Amino acid sequence: MVKGFKNLLILGCGSCVTVCMTGGEKEVGILASTLRLANKKKGVSMEIIEDTIERQCDREFFDDVKDKIEQADAVLSMACGVGVQFCSEIFSGKIVLPALNTKFYGATEEQGVWTERCAGCGDCVLDKFGGVCPIARCSKSLLNGPCGGSQDGKCEVDPENIDCGWQIIYDRLKSLGLLSRLEENEPVKDWSSGRDGGPGKIVREDMLL
Amino acid sequence: MSELKAGSNLERVLQEGHFAVTAELGPPKSADVEIIKTKAAHLKGNVDAVNITDNQTAIVRMSSIGAGVLAMQEGLEPVIQITCRDRNRIAIQSDVLGAYALGLKNILCLTGDHQVFGNHSTSKNVFDMDSIQLIQTLKDMRDKKVFICGDEIKNSKKAPVVEPRIFIGGAANPFGDPFEFRVIRLAKKVNAGVDFIQTQCIYDMERFEKWMEQVRKRGLHKKVKILAGLTPLKSEGMARYMRDSVAGLTVPDYYLERLSKVEDKAAEGIKICVEQIKRLQEIEGVAGIHLMAIEWERRVPEIVEAAGLLPRP
Repeated sequence: MVKGFKNLLILGCGSCVTVCMTGGEKEVGILASTLRLANKKKGVSMEIIEDTIERQCDREFFDDVKDKIEQADAVLSMACGVGVQFCSEIFSGKIVLPALNTKFYGATEEQGVWTERCAGCGDCVLDKFGGVCPIARCSKSLLNGPCGGSQDGKCEVDPENIDCGWQIIYDRLKSLGLLSRLEENEPVKDWSSGRDGGPGKIVREDMLL
Repeated sequence: MSELKAGSNLERVLQEGHFAVTAELGPPKSADVEIIKTKAAHLKGNVDAVNITDNQTAIVRMSSIGAGVLAMQEGLEPVIQITCRDRNRIAIQSDVLGAYALGLKNILCLTGDHQVFGNHSTSKNVFDMDSIQLIQTLKDMRDKKVFICGDEIKNSKKAPVVEPRIFIGGAANPFGDPFEFRVIRLAKKVNAGVDFIQTQCIYDMERFEKWMEQVRKRGLHKKVKILAGLTPLKSEGMARYMRDSVAGLTVPDYYLERLSKVEDKAAEGIKICVEQIKRLQEIEGVAGIHLMAIEWERRVPEIVEAAGLLPRP
């Protein structure tokens, strides 16, 4: 991906990817050193510059690194997929490459463990399911209870790594004394408020300048 | 006797109060019609209807509607299985119209095995709806004569309403977790309008009876016909596989012991199956059996005969 570039800027992001230790200042340093070593071993000459900005999903923060981006052949962005695209949009004449594979938007379950919590469907159902999302946390996004593949609290899709979202919903509602909620038939969902309605866009008229 | 909803043979048998027998026919992993003909010949006359699976375990096979029509031409009454894994509400409703137009009258509504288990594990899944919503969809198409969107099922304003009249099936797994939720799932399927239920294959009879107790407590057995699922064990290896590798299935050790002690494992497996049928006939609320003899259709006639369930009504 970075082969052939003479001046490469590795650009970190100071928000989410810093928190989950994949694309902050520290990781930029590690990636830059690794790349320099690999290049040296292969006899490749490549100038590698490092920098990290506060956020790659807000235009204003790119001002600080404007010159560095202009001077580089390519930018290797360590932001999430949003940051990579935004950087490439702002610097339209520049090649911007992704350093990460953005998998999901989740929570830090414990030190070193992150799990998905929200699928961004645009029509929140958490009030109905004890604050546990069946769309994000059930492998089949089922709305009417667990399938036959729920065993000992685990999902058959990958029992070592996936908890059955419906077991969690069941346990939560049981402890809240609200099990009767699960007796109600949930109708087909309107998916149009999320990804199935096309790329999302939100406009707040009151905030426009 | 009340009027039939779809007029299928399976519906008639159940409504007349006979102990129903359904079997399963897995379509070929090719376009080979002969395989369907061979399997159908074993089942014809020995069962009331035959489930045609829909890419079970997410392995690509001939479509359930295509194979179902071929099975019908061989003299069987198909129960078309439809899963929500591969098609959205547009494709499913369209297929239901097509299936009915081709003469298919029974549909089993399933959520579907996750694609990770099949031979295209990198594919995208759909799950636009779940099995319970699919049951509701078929019920509304048949009884309210409308699609999910609310439109009437007719070609134009002046055209007549021609709705698919389907005998609606659903599955139940009494062995998945959380156990207490299993009967709630069944109740939701009954609310949605399911006419008959076929269960996951049963080995743990005690747990099944416990589940049936909960079913009767809610009076669900009076609202839906429950067919108990059975899969005869062909070998010790199969029994071990079912026990260890299939989520939501328990195979008690005493069956494994019995198989280990005899020379002819297949005969013993069939003997166990027949014993299970006899026991199931005694359980209040069990309206029949669903024999899922996986790639073993040829042994179905002797099982049905040994259980004293021939001739079929």
